Amino acid sequence: MAAKNELLILAEYSQDKIHPVVFELLNKGKELADKADLTLSVLILLPEKVDLSELIFHGAEKVYYIEDSAFAYPDEFLYKENILSFLKEHQVDIILTGASNFGRSLAPRIAAGLKTGLTADCTALDIDEEGNLVQIRPAFSEKILAHIKSDTRPQMATIRYQEFKKGSTDKTRQGEIIACQLKRNENPNLKQIKKLSNKEINIAEADIIVAGGSGVKNTEDFKLLKKLADLLGGQLAASRDVVDAGLIAKEYQVGYSGQRVKPKLYFAFGISGAPQHLAGMKEADTIIAVNTDPSAPIFNLADYGIVADLYQIIPEFIEMLKK
Amino acid sequence: MHIIVLIKQVPEMDKVLFDSEKGRVDRKSAGVEVNPFDLNALETAVGIKEKTGAEISVLSMGPSRAEEALKEAVARGADNAYLLNDQQFAGADTIATSASLAAAVETIGDYDLIIAGEMSVDGDTAQVGPQTAEFLNINHAAYVSELISVEEDEIEIKTSLWQANYSKTFTYPLLITVTKDINTPRLPSFKDKMKARKAEVKLLTFEDIKNKVKIDEVGFKGSPTWVDNIVVPEEISRKTKVFTEEEKESAYKKIKELLIEKNLMED
Ligand SMILES: Cc1cc2nc3c(=O)[nH]c(=O)nc-3n(C[C@H](O)[C@H](O)[C@H](O)COP(=O)(O)OP(=O)(O)OC[C@H]3O[C@@H](n4cnc5c(N)ncnc54)[C@H](O)[C@@H]3O)c2cc1C
Ligand SMILES: Cc1cc2nc3c(=O)[nH]c(=O)nc-3n(C[C@H](O)[C@H](O)[C@H](O)COP(=O)(O)OP(=O)(O)OC[C@H]3O[C@@H](n4cnc5c(N)ncnc54)[C@H](O)[C@@H]3O)c2cc1C
Repeated sequence: MAAKNELLILAEYSQDKIHPVVFELLNKGKELADKADLTLSVLILLPEKVDLSELIFHGAEKVYYIEDSAFAYPDEFLYKENILSFLKEHQVDIILTGASNFGRSLAPRIAAGLKTGLTADCTALDIDEEGNLVQIRPAFSEKILAHIKSDTRPQMATIRYQEFKKGSTDKTRQGEIIACQLKRNENPNLKQIKKLSNKEINIAEADIIVAGGSGVKNTEDFKLLKKLADLLGGQLAASRDVVDAGLIAKEYQVGYSGQRVKPKLYFAFGISGAPQHLAGMKEADTIIAVNTDPSAPIFNLADYGIVADLYQIIPEFIEMLKK
Repeated sequence: MHIIVLIKQVPEMDKVLFDSEKGRVDRKSAGVEVNPFDLNALETAVGIKEKTGAEISVLSMGPSRAEEALKEAVARGADNAYLLNDQQFAGADTIATSASLAAAVETIGDYDLIIAGEMSVDGDTAQVGPQTAEFLNINHAAYVSELISVEEDEIEIKTSLWQANYSKTFTYPLLITVTKDINTPRLPSFKDKMKARKAEVKLLTFEDIKNKVKIDEVGFKGSPTWVDNIVVPEEISRKTKVFTEEEKESAYKKIKELLIEKNLMED
């Protein structure tokens, strides 16, 4: 019997850990691989020896790795050279990878190198009756959902973080961990690469977000929102207009050209509710908006709204919480 | 230095309507504009031009009306404009778009830097930049939020990858895709707009680039992906309970209850 083709997950290893989207992809990938009769495998490029058994415990049947110190840095050119060389030796039907900045920068190069189709930023996946991958993704600034199919193999897609549930660890699962050949570890046209700073804030994973928009008048006033966020054990965030105005750093921006968030509770203070802002937070469990303008669009999406001045509401609410 | 900026014309996103029954984008419902991120790409090029005297070419693949987008780019500081336009290019996905753009870039000639937007606001894929670089077999840097330095023989950029900020220094040629944070595009003056109306847009057809790309690599035939179906989701609108200023005390109470209910606060 011929060996089965593979469903390969390209795993991002960054900041000394496997990106959590990989475990979500393993869970979804297992379901798809069963349906399409494929072997579930992972390819990971690493700068150092790492225990990869966790990938097996989450469902991978094969884990391939390429180890070299060059992979301590996000150099798309080296990654794609090595991955393309790996793929020459493997029969892969489906390639899935996380839609992080790095994933969205690397995957297109691999797809172009293979001259195969790539669907961006998927939020849902399925296998149709013919065994093809149905790739569902938002487009037109998140206004529609497109169902995309590919004629070529492998079918490739980048997948958003936190769309699929992570499965459970099962330490009895068996699988192979296989070292693979390095093709290349030098990029002659990249003269230097260095890390400038880590992103300290990670609003994407917060349970509570306290966001401020142009209703907040200056940097100093964001401290008021921060106070509330700290009190609730939440995270501060912002609309783009205040980021553009220089009141707060880009890392805090929620929306289409910022971060997507799915907290349990989202506070919108002085945010009008432009479509590009909603694109980043409309999936929050509960939305609470405070705005002086009763006709602000944010009130159409919010679960609870208070038509009032944020400068009055926040201090009073803090006092009331402290009681 | 020669910089090529990739410009896409897109529907005005705040106006465009969707037919939820037929699952279609009603493109006639809105006008067109330059993809907002591409204005940042162009401004980046103009910034370099002002410092070093670089020459800027803008390139778009699209229908004839995309000429307007290119003329706007000239008004904003581009020197040469190229429109890649042919029935053969219709129906292109990102692979076919990138293969065609790469062939056009090679036809235009020597270049040092190519600048694209982070993504388009209609297709939204962010794939055309990196794929064009792959077809040209050059390096690329995506999500560039700052040019740290631009020299004759090398360029240092800032990009955000792996939950961190990195600086990368490349020799040319290089392709970068830029985020909105890199600059604030300036508006063209009335005089520049008038001048640009007369600007010549050079037309490139398949015939002009056929030495660089095969016919079955462009347009519909060169596109492995296709849109099987479009679903227009119901606008999310929740049952909103609105409190007036006078009712704020009951709002506080409600929110406190919510926090407890969601286990986000101790009773
Ligand atoms: C390509 C593109 C990408 C974009 N990406 C994003 C993105 O990622 N994120 C994003 O947020 N935006 C994004 N935008 C911008 C977006 O369109 C809006 O301009 C922006 O979200 C508006 O920010 P805002 O709500 O803070 O400001 P405004 O729209 O000015 O709203 C301020 C609100 O505050 C209220 N207010 C004023 N004073 C008070 C007070 N004292 N108390 C209570 N309320 C008060 C006002 O009534 C008003 O409703 C993007 C736009 C484009 C074209
Ligand atoms: C609903 C829908 C979903 C789609 N999903 C996919 C998909 O998942 N995969 C896929 O391969 N195709 C997809 N397509 C097709 C894709 O949108 C087109 O190929 C499009 O022409 C280019 O992709 P983009 O708009 O995503 O550009 P992006 O890659 O997002 O654009 C990035 C930058 O590339 C440059 N650029 C892009 N297009 C042009 C151009 N025509 N001329 C000059 N410069 C340009 C601009 O600088 C732009 O800022 C989809 C189309 C639709 C309508």
